[in-house]
Amino acid sequence: MWCPGCGHGIVLNSLLRAVEELGMSKNEIVMVSGIGCSARISGYVDFHSMHTLHGRALAFATGVKMSRPGLNVIVPMGDGDALAIGGNHFIHAARRNIDITAIVMNNRIYGMTGGQYSPLSGVGVIATTAPYHNIDHEFDVMEMARAAGASFVARTTTYHAKQATDLIRQAILHKGFSVVEILSQCPVQFGRRNKGGNAAEMMETYKTNTTPIGSKAKKENPNLLERGIFVQKDMPEYCNEYAKIIDQAMKGQ
Amino acid sequence: MSKKNVKFIQGNEVCAEAALYAGLGFFAGYPITPSTEIAEHLAKRLPEQGGRFIQMEDEISSMCAIIGASLTGSKVMTASSGPGISLKQEALGYAVMTEVPCVIVNVQRGGPSTGIPTHGSQGDVMQARWGCHGDHAIVVMTASNHQDVFEITVEAFNIAETYRTPVILLFDEVVGHTREKVVIPEPGDIPLVDRLRTSVRGGVDYHPYLPREDGRLPMSDFGSVHRYNVTGLAHDMWGFPSTKPEIVYGLMRHLVDKIEHRVNQLARYKEYHLEDAERILISYGASTRSALHVVRNRRAKGERLGLLELQTLWPFPYEIVRQKCSKAQAVIVVEMNMGQIVQEVKKAVKPSEKVFLANRFDGVFITPMDIMNILRVIQGKGV
Repeated sequence: MWCPGCGHGIVLNSLLRAVEELGMSKNEIVMVSGIGCSARISGYVDFHSMHTLHGRALAFATGVKMSRPGLNVIVPMGDGDALAIGGNHFIHAARRNIDITAIVMNNRIYGMTGGQYSPLSGVGVIATTAPYHNIDHEFDVMEMARAAGASFVARTTTYHAKQATDLIRQAILHKGFSVVEILSQCPVQFGRRNKGGNAAEMMETYKTNTTPIGSKAKKENPNLLERGIFVQKDMPEYCNEYAKIIDQAMKGQ
Repeated sequence: MSKKNVKFIQGNEVCAEAALYAGLGFFAGYPITPSTEIAEHLAKRLPEQGGRFIQMEDEISSMCAIIGASLTGSKVMTASSGPGISLKQEALGYAVMTEVPCVIVNVQRGGPSTGIPTHGSQGDVMQARWGCHGDHAIVVMTASNHQDVFEITVEAFNIAETYRTPVILLFDEVVGHTREKVVIPEPGDIPLVDRLRTSVRGGVDYHPYLPREDGRLPMSDFGSVHRYNVTGLAHDMWGFPSTKPEIVYGLMRHLVDKIEHRVNQLARYKEYHLEDAERILISYGASTRSALHVVRNRRAKGERLGLLELQTLWPFPYEIVRQKCSKAQAVIVVEMNMGQIVQEVKKAVKPSEKVFLANRFDGVFITPMDIMNILRVIQGKGV
């Protein structure tokens, strides 16, 4: 379903490697996706899978996790899916610190509908709905997730596939709401209109324009985008806290 | 019947208690007048029974969350009103398409838009039927007094679980906020239905969307041995997207036929003095309370007036309404909207000229006197 050169397949590959490394049982994993190119990922995995509504994957996932806290819930989302129509669910899932692994597959564009600007496109980008140029400022997913209360926040790119596997693995292990943003190239709808080049050239940009968090290179060139773990902290997890409510309520009976 | 089973509580609390009786395991909601008490009551009561309650960030996510929870095997419910119900429609359509059992309570208030939050209305009958986009069938039920609210709520869960469908409970502010006596049945007094679960063993192909001959689809809980895909896209028997005409046709026929072909099985109604009635009132929900008062009052004076109270609104029981009203000279639909169920009654009862509407839509509860006055006008008498 994905176009030639699309980065989403690399994200899927990294995710599957992470699951394999963790030796998880497929029966314990539920993947919930929304709508868009990214959302089709749930149709390619042999887990319990839900392909839901645009922007609402985290809301469905919250019901799954609350009802059966023993399940591992993974929610891959696109940038528009997660942060435009789904922005409210994103910040509230983070605020609750519910144990869900959210993966933002950020290609900075609405690919499936033909190349409209998203909240992660950024100023100056050309899109079918920004034919002159985009004047919308973009969110910084890391800052937003941190501010909303996510207890694990990390970013990498499809060029850094091994780091993606490692970050997803750590995110799944993390007990709480974890966010992994993976920059994923869309040569067809984004690169083509924005002098981004082909898939390989776009990935090359991920190599040259990013740097590990706190690197010397970042100090010398503040425009570089940092990769790595931005937030990793222990905080009370939502379903654990609700289990205590159940104990308290049952004792009061 | 023990004394502790007799309660004097709000209709909203009755609905919540009935949901617990039916085996509710998960509730997600968002505050809105006049349904909030259902969420408040369940926030306290659900964890006492090991169930789970969550107040979500909005109405949309509440509806989504119950669908997710239902797929893991829980009996689920959400409750809202007016604007909140409008917001839930997209996810309600998803539950129809994916055949996920769930119960949605709409404690109706005046609309459109913010309307009259604190006053009763029955303006959402057609929204309940056609609120989400696309051809579909749905089950909508209602009740007029607290004992019936209890029984119909349990019934809603039974139907949702049996036919893998969302069921809408279309209550209203009047019933929701009235306090009256209710007797909570003992466990076992009302039979409970759990969803059919597949007997297919792990490692053997399980087709989540292949209906049995009787139209039912055994489920497999997320987390158990069968892994499958659930999508709001048109899908094949595996749950994977398909645009093949024969697959789409079969899916659409199944989704609609499983409800529409069971119209008589799903019909719940009560009748009062219909045997020899020359004139029949048809009502549902809160307005039935006034209609019943009028019927009892006029019967005492020898007038041959009867009442048909509909508890299943959709699928609309055309055949039953036709039969019950066949001998009546006039049929008067009593409802608190600008005429919604009356249109369906006109399709059922012939000639449709003998069907009249007795209604109010000004936010004021329709009284027995209102109905009496309208009856006099219909008879050509002055008010």
